[in-house]
Amino acid sequence: MSKQTDLTTTTSSKASTKAAKNQITPVTVDPSSRINLLKQKKRLHRIRKLQEWGLFTGYLTPSLAGVMLFFFLPLLMLLKTSFQKSSTNTDFTGFTNYERVLTNEAFKQASVNTLTFALVAVPLAVLLALLLALLLNSGLPGKSVFRSIILNPMMVPVASVVLIWQVFFSYNGVMNGWGVSQLFGADKIDWFKSEHAQLVILILFLWKNLGYNMVLFLAALNNIPGEILESAMMDGAGAIKRFFAIKMHYLSPTFFFVAIMSLINSFKIFREVYLLTGDHPTDKLYMLQHFMNNQFKKLDYSKLSAGAIIMCVVMIVIVGVLFFAESKFDADVEE
Amino acid sequence: MDAQLKAQRRRAATLARRHVYTEVPPMTSFFDSMSEGEREAFFKKERIRSARVLRRRKIGKNLRISVCLTIAIAIAIFAIVPIFFTFLNSFMSSPEIADNYGVIFQSLSGHAENGARYLDKTPMLKLVPQKVSVAQYKNLLFMSPTYLLKFWNSIILVVPIVAGQMAVACLASFSFARYRRKRREVLFFSYVILMLMPFQVTLVPNYMISDKLGILDTYWAIILPGIFSTFSIFLLTKYMRQIPSAYIEAAKLDGASEWQIFTKIALPTCKSAIFALTILLFIDYWNMVEQPLVLLTKIDKQPLSVFLSQINEAEIGIAFAASALYMIPPLLIFLWGEEYLVEGISRSGVK
Repeated sequence: MSKQTDLTTTTSSKASTKAAKNQITPVTVDPSSRINLLKQKKRLHRIRKLQEWGLFTGYLTPSLAGVMLFFFLPLLMLLKTSFQKSSTNTDFTGFTNYERVLTNEAFKQASVNTLTFALVAVPLAVLLALLLALLLNSGLPGKSVFRSIILNPMMVPVASVVLIWQVFFSYNGVMNGWGVSQLFGADKIDWFKSEHAQLVILILFLWKNLGYNMVLFLAALNNIPGEILESAMMDGAGAIKRFFAIKMHYLSPTFFFVAIMSLINSFKIFREVYLLTGDHPTDKLYMLQHFMNNQFKKLDYSKLSAGAIIMCVVMIVIVGVLFFAESKFDADVEE
Repeated sequence: MDAQLKAQRRRAATLARRHVYTEVPPMTSFFDSMSEGEREAFFKKERIRSARVLRRRKIGKNLRISVCLTIAIAIAIFAIVPIFFTFLNSFMSSPEIADNYGVIFQSLSGHAENGARYLDKTPMLKLVPQKVSVAQYKNLLFMSPTYLLKFWNSIILVVPIVAGQMAVACLASFSFARYRRKRREVLFFSYVILMLMPFQVTLVPNYMISDKLGILDTYWAIILPGIFSTFSIFLLTKYMRQIPSAYIEAAKLDGASEWQIFTKIALPTCKSAIFALTILLFIDYWNMVEQPLVLLTKIDKQPLSVFLSQINEAEIGIAFAASALYMIPPLLIFLWGEEYLVEGISRSGVK
């Protein structure tokens, strides 16, 4: 409605100014009408803005409602329970729950394990995937075949290959039977209980995630304009110089993306560990998720929620640092 | 020196007056000083030299490619072997499996804890079954309904999650991409943080709210949070922001409504991304272990993924077949949608 009225007024005022121009004597436009026009414009603008806001929320509502109900609201509840004595006793106890969690040996061990795994696995996954992408991109025949084969492990559910990993790595497994004892004459070990347990898990992680990261890097490599590489070659830049001066520059956004995806996936390593070794693995493999699961079984909710809040804060810090670094780096790239 | 310069300048001036700006030197050739025979010899030598260089370069390239190829083949074998073995072993008969692998599963963690000693035996890993039999599959499909039930549980959990999440995510990411304002970015950023939260964090809130809603121990406790997971919103928004605004403007000029822009422009342009995301989500949820472990305490409701880890000695006979059967749906989807998947993944990482 308002749109229509506005249209008519604007056209009429335009006509009047046109008529005024035809006359020789300059006609001053009535100031009040001008103010009205401005007001109308402002109103229209406000309506448009409101409309846009309505559309925005309209499209977002299904998601937002769900996210609020299932994530944000419970997080607030969590915050509340983390300060309570227990889930039934709502007395405020300050930070005692946090203290209990932070002094818990299992929690310490679990967070150290999870963090060290992420710190080792993520850079390794990024670098190896980059090397793999460069390898496939170096004029190899049958590139797409290799790509699909290496991407294949990503598709396979963890539960399906657990059996075969056990065949490989358990005490009477293939690794002991073939590799260690026959080639090197070493003693048999149960890999999932030995010092090397994290190494084994690392291999499983790389086996599963290298393909995905590699595809990301391959795409980024293909996106580098060929002319620039060619002209650098003309100027006498060698392969190594070309890589560090040009390709790295174009790959940097992908680096961050791959790092973030690898980080997410590194927290999912619990699946492998759980399916292979159950509820209580060796100390080296005790992940945060194990801690949470075992707390669930004990029904100690206040401790549980304090633990979750701590993890949440740590994650927010990590993510913030990552994004800050990315924005800083991006600014460099655009210069 | 000065005189020479002067002469040069004078000459240049005369030339310029005649509109000749550059002096063309008389044509001379490298070969001028050579006789016919010398020239022939020179050409012959050059030809031989260049041929040698080319040959050497070709050998170098071949060598490089063959080295790369061996590495790539090694990696490919490493990638494919576990899958391959699982499939091959699923065609062994039950006694053969027990013969080959019984040793291994006697020493598994659970048993060792109960005081069972490690038995020192060498395993026999066999690639090709002695006798190909479909006995495992027969046992699995017709004799043990539990496995089929778990398989069905997996399907009943995954399909609604994937469909629901995609529908919600399409709408939400359109909203984030189309109506982009500075303050709304904060909301988007909180979505991103939520996406990055590992299960370790989100499971507790999920548990609490399902407890409050009274849907604990039902499939809804997993399906509903799954539908509202923000992972696909993050990726889809990235795609939708890549849609050139000229498209949308043109559609608007032609009188398209917002809903039409959504269905006729945004969705078709992001088709490959939507396919890729659907596949990714399917794998991810087909693979889930954490949620059912915590949210579904009744064993008969748990999906196959959790159940496969609890195989005991008596059941190794059909375990390989169950594993193989469990990975068939994702592999089929992969074969069918590999192009989309690769394209979708590729575009997500490139800005």
